[in-house]
Amino acid sequence: MADSAAALSPVRASSGAPPLRMRLSAIKRGLATLSLLLPALTLMLLLLIGPVAAVLVMSLTDYQLGSPTWSFIGVQNYVDLFGDRVFWRSLSNTLLYVAIVVPVSVALGLGTALLIEARSSLQFFYRSVFFIPVMATLIAMAISWEYMLHPQFGLINLMFKAVGLPARAWLSDPALVLPTLAVIGVWQLFGFNMVLFLAGLVSIPQHLYEAAEMDGARSAWSRFRLVTWPMLGPVTMFVVLISAIRSFQVFDTVHVLTKGGPSKASEVLLYTMYSEGFEFFRSGLAATIAVVFLGFVLLLTLLKARFIDKRVHY
Amino acid sequence: MAPVRLRDIRKRFDRIDVLKGVDLDIADGEFISLVGPSGCGKSTLLRIIAGLERQTSGSVEIGGETVDGVPPAARNLAMVFQSYALYPHLSVFDNIAVPLRMRRMSALQRAPLLRWLLPGTRAAERGIREDTGKVAELLGLEALLARKPAQLSGGQRQRVAVGRAIVRDPRAFLLDEPLSNLDAKLRVHMRTEIAQLHRRLGVTFIYVTHDQAEAMTMSDRIAVMMDGDIVQVGTPEEIYDDPQHLRVAEFIGSPKTNVFDAEAGAGGRITLAGRPLPLVLARPGSGKVRIGLRPEALSLAPVSEAIIEGRLSHRENLGAEVLLHIEATASPQPIIVRLDHGKARTVAPGAPVGVTFAPASALCFDAVGRRFPLVETAVLREAVNG
Repeated sequence: MADSAAALSPVRASSGAPPLRMRLSAIKRGLATLSLLLPALTLMLLLLIGPVAAVLVMSLTDYQLGSPTWSFIGVQNYVDLFGDRVFWRSLSNTLLYVAIVVPVSVALGLGTALLIEARSSLQFFYRSVFFIPVMATLIAMAISWEYMLHPQFGLINLMFKAVGLPARAWLSDPALVLPTLAVIGVWQLFGFNMVLFLAGLVSIPQHLYEAAEMDGARSAWSRFRLVTWPMLGPVTMFVVLISAIRSFQVFDTVHVLTKGGPSKASEVLLYTMYSEGFEFFRSGLAATIAVVFLGFVLLLTLLKARFIDKRVHY
Repeated sequence: MAPVRLRDIRKRFDRIDVLKGVDLDIADGEFISLVGPSGCGKSTLLRIIAGLERQTSGSVEIGGETVDGVPPAARNLAMVFQSYALYPHLSVFDNIAVPLRMRRMSALQRAPLLRWLLPGTRAAERGIREDTGKVAELLGLEALLARKPAQLSGGQRQRVAVGRAIVRDPRAFLLDEPLSNLDAKLRVHMRTEIAQLHRRLGVTFIYVTHDQAEAMTMSDRIAVMMDGDIVQVGTPEEIYDDPQHLRVAEFIGSPKTNVFDAEAGAGGRITLAGRPLPLVLARPGSGKVRIGLRPEALSLAPVSEAIIEGRLSHRENLGAEVLLHIEATASPQPIIVRLDHGKARTVAPGAPVGVTFAPASALCFDAVGRRFPLVETAVLREAVNG
């Protein structure tokens, strides 16, 4: 009996604990694993987790940039922030900006991708032309836009006047400034979406379209609804998520063109964070805004994990 | 009534002629197979009939009317694709219902939420549910209606594809190698099912395949295509027993027909491997010919009496039959002889064997491959030097 037991499980010593040899090799394996992970872990700690943790801690203090002393003030920063009218204006502006930019840039990206895909010639030309805004430095482009939007001799207003429409003060009219920035944001973003949609379109099997034709889907719209749109599901979700995150991060155009004005009409979350942190040097408060921003991005990521990963069809 | 007529169909891609003037008459309700090796143009021809491709010249008539330029949806045909082409995001029920919804409902009635506000949608949906249910029952799919294609096996997906074709009540079914993606056993089973389905529905089936066994077992007629042309059309028996071209004889039938070089001498007398045969050309002619003999037409004989001598190189036991591979000088390729179960057990590899055949089973083809009829002479074989 004892023999067969030993034959079946030679590991078990008479006392029931694993022998010393086994424990040492387990420890060695653990050390090997740790040392292989160490470079990646270190980088993650230094560049990702560390800064996030530092910002979280900073948001609980009254640190001012360059001051030699600081102290913990708990959630006072948060209380101040949520009571600040400017913060709420900034947040609603950002959300409005996202609400304009995301649908328009996704729709435009999809539209141009469909048009380019339908052509047999000059595809390369059109893809490049629409992708250039994505690659160009946004700050330089923003300065160009500033001149185009000039109330007197800007290109936009000259064109408007040429067709008889009234010239507008695009960047100094509080009602127009955010939509104008949204247009620039769409212009900058839709080329990227277009490229992603093109990749998705190419991967749709041709025989699905043929089956749709045989089944009676005669118009381009019914083929789109039956085949293209469902097959683009995962790509669309991804594009929406990326567009949302990138439009949340809007900063360059605001900083160059409007500096948050006129009277906070174009104040956005990241710009508020910048001005609190680097113009007023209230680093604690800036960190608080950063935490709020992080919260929104996390929310978007959770939504993605919930919805995108469930509804994918291959 | 929907007979299909193809008149001088030509198709050119860039500078390559894929179809070189195809004429074909397909009777209403018949099961016709388009068979041929890969690249012969059979799928292109099917797509031209369907309307998915436009022919370069020539006309297609369905039910007596020319359908050139008519879009596929309006031709009232149904197609089963090699890859089934099921909509991955729709359930089996919705997949089968797609053609009905496209035809019976307007675009607004198909819009997601709006449709329920419109009158007539509910009644149409009920009708669709009924018709889809009938087809599902016919094909044994009732239990699978809620599943998505990704959750089905290959055979089940194929049945859904067939169901989607049936539900439209089309004038003709076009099937593009539907069994190619299935494993061997399932393929054999589905051959019977498709043949039975054809009998049940009584609609024209136009079936494209590269597998000659499928064509032979299911069709009323076979059209053999090679290099963009129809080489022969006929019943399976005609194609098998009376091939009009060497390529047809080689393509149809498994294992492949054995082909020997022979001479037609004075008076059209055939000489094979130096031995004169009691066969004479039915029409005047002479020169090099090729004799085709099917494996089952050959049999073993003592070497002294055999027409062809060789050595056994390999014996394949398939259970129900035995295939012998014989190396002989008369043929560059090994000769394959088919024997019944259990035969030739005592012949060892490398042993000399003799092969003989009934003269009537010989198929003669001229130097370019065209069939040349033969006539048996009553004269017995002369001595070797005679």
